[in-house]
Amino acid sequence: MSGQKMEFPITWGMVIDIDKCTGCGACMASCQTENNVEPQREASNKLRSTSWMTVYELTNGKSFPDHDIAYLPRPCQQCGNPPCVSVCPVIATEKNENGGIVSQVYPRCIGCRYCVAACPYHVRYFGWFDPVWPEGMQKTLSPLTSVRPRGVVEKCTFCHHRWTLAKDAARANGKDPDNLDDGAYVTTCVQNCPSGALAFGDLKNPKHKVHELIKSPYAYRLLERLGTDTQVYYISRREWVRKLGDNYLKSE
Amino acid sequence: MSIIESEKNWYPEGVERCSLGKFLKWLAFLGIVAGYGFVAMIVCFVYGLGVTGLDNYFGFGLWITFDLAVIALGAGAFFTGLLRYIIRIDELKNIINLTVIKGFICYSGAMLILSLDVGQPIRSWFGYWHPNVHSMLTEVIFCITCYLLVLIIEYVPLILEQKQINKIPYLHNLAHQMHVVMPLFAGIGAFLSTFHQGSLGGMYGVMFARPYAFRDGFFIWPWTFFLFVLSAIATGPCMTVLICGFMEKVTGRKLTTYRIKSLMCKIGGTMLLIYTVFKYLDTWAWINNVLPRAGMTFDQMFYGLVYGRWLFVCELVLCLLVPVVFLLTPLRKKPVFMYSGAILACAGVVINRYVFTVQALAIPVLPFTKWEIYTPNWAEWATSLMVIAYGFIIMSLSYRYLPIFPQEVGLNKK
Repeated sequence: MSGQKMEFPITWGMVIDIDKCTGCGACMASCQTENNVEPQREASNKLRSTSWMTVYELTNGKSFPDHDIAYLPRPCQQCGNPPCVSVCPVIATEKNENGGIVSQVYPRCIGCRYCVAACPYHVRYFGWFDPVWPEGMQKTLSPLTSVRPRGVVEKCTFCHHRWTLAKDAARANGKDPDNLDDGAYVTTCVQNCPSGALAFGDLKNPKHKVHELIKSPYAYRLLERLGTDTQVYYISRREWVRKLGDNYLKSE
Repeated sequence: MSIIESEKNWYPEGVERCSLGKFLKWLAFLGIVAGYGFVAMIVCFVYGLGVTGLDNYFGFGLWITFDLAVIALGAGAFFTGLLRYIIRIDELKNIINLTVIKGFICYSGAMLILSLDVGQPIRSWFGYWHPNVHSMLTEVIFCITCYLLVLIIEYVPLILEQKQINKIPYLHNLAHQMHVVMPLFAGIGAFLSTFHQGSLGGMYGVMFARPYAFRDGFFIWPWTFFLFVLSAIATGPCMTVLICGFMEKVTGRKLTTYRIKSLMCKIGGTMLLIYTVFKYLDTWAWINNVLPRAGMTFDQMFYGLVYGRWLFVCELVLCLLVPVVFLLTPLRKKPVFMYSGAILACAGVVINRYVFTVQALAIPVLPFTKWEIYTPNWAEWATSLMVIAYGFIIMSLSYRYLPIFPQEVGLNKK
């Protein structure tokens, strides 16, 4: 009843060190620019604004002097067993390509929002109105990512176009495009994180830093017990932060 | 002959109807409500779904709840068709026409709302062109569209039996021949309808990352698949009785015998009892298995007033146990209990569809997120009212001009 986990020789993944994140939002801003996300007309309504990468503020709920906070950047978790893929009636979202990135086919999406309902991470965003770039701001549009019409669902793609560029560059340099060097392909949020909280690479490639990072005893994933098997890992040395990554019964 | 007099020639044989003026006033009132909804629909199409109260947290809201509820309540059509034509409970011929029209209204209304609800309605046919055979929604798209065709085929002979139309020999024969093959369509309708009622439940049951909705099941079907079928065939006949009772109240005429209505309620009540047993088992398994596995508790599933425990109690006690008693005991002989039982059963299925659609999404699954509240806005209410008004218009026209109730003449002899 809960779908099947898919395995790929290359598995792109992200490792986010929450203890290093300052909550500056550079990842969010760079993501919006890179991926042609429409300038938000009313960003105060968080349930209506589009932000493929969102930073959550976590708190331990205690008062001073024990009060503590953490920031949790949340891209699409690129689940190994995605709840969103099997439900889509028109195969507008798929996980069938080496690399394990969950795709979103905008020209095919009918906008039923079943995937939005199925995803517990809230990574999927719907186009509620026609996207508008105010006069002059259209110059910020990137030619690498398609813009979306209203009425379709969009989400983080791990900057898939950058992977294509990295493979092209590897081919041009006579290298194997299926065995990229660590850092040859990184997402824009990873590239623009000023505190180095975000790392990106092939989780299965021993030459990539993330391959080691996910073995940390402090590494965990969000909502692991639901069986989504995400490709985004988090690291925190603080136990209360790790505990907020999943739901636990009192007895656990 | 004046228009008023000639209009009377279009009534079914031997019946009385209200004056044309009164009828036109009634239609005008319904037209205003439908027109208001039509404006809202145009606003949605022109400006996008941003004009609704939906958001990225609540991708599903009033429209989907409305759709699921009317489809469940419209299930009387296929189930009564099955009982009448396949199982051959002959008495149901006195109410089968009403169930067909009700089914047609419910399904065509649901399709109208669905075309609004999808962000790219022009791409709706992609469900056939790029079908994902693993998606319960694909099955829903297939079955609902096909079943609407079946309902149209079932509705057409009723229209052809209209007194004036039926005078045309070709159409008279066509209506007759369509009646002859009706068991075939009743069978197809029962098959299609069972599957999409189930798939609508399956849609929620397969959402394994949404602990409120997720269910284990049998083979590829989560338990909600079977529960949605059962609840639909339990409440569908009850809804038919309520519509019939309401029409009798409005028109002041007897349309079917109490015996037929009572039989329909008995059938509905029996299915409701079976549904109750399975729903209780399912709820027990959900509380003790599905939720603990997800690290969540029963208490975490409720919040404040709008998502409070009262909904749970209403659905599982007030709208299940009480109507079972009302509909399956001699209490059913008294109209007050029969109609109350039917109303409660229908209210229960509406609550069920609501909590599966909205409450399932309101619950914070990520521990660092919080409960969110969904409030439908004018655009959603107006369009939903439009569909209700549309239903009233179709039913009013059908009642006035088509021979829906075979017993009407006999029951109203002076």
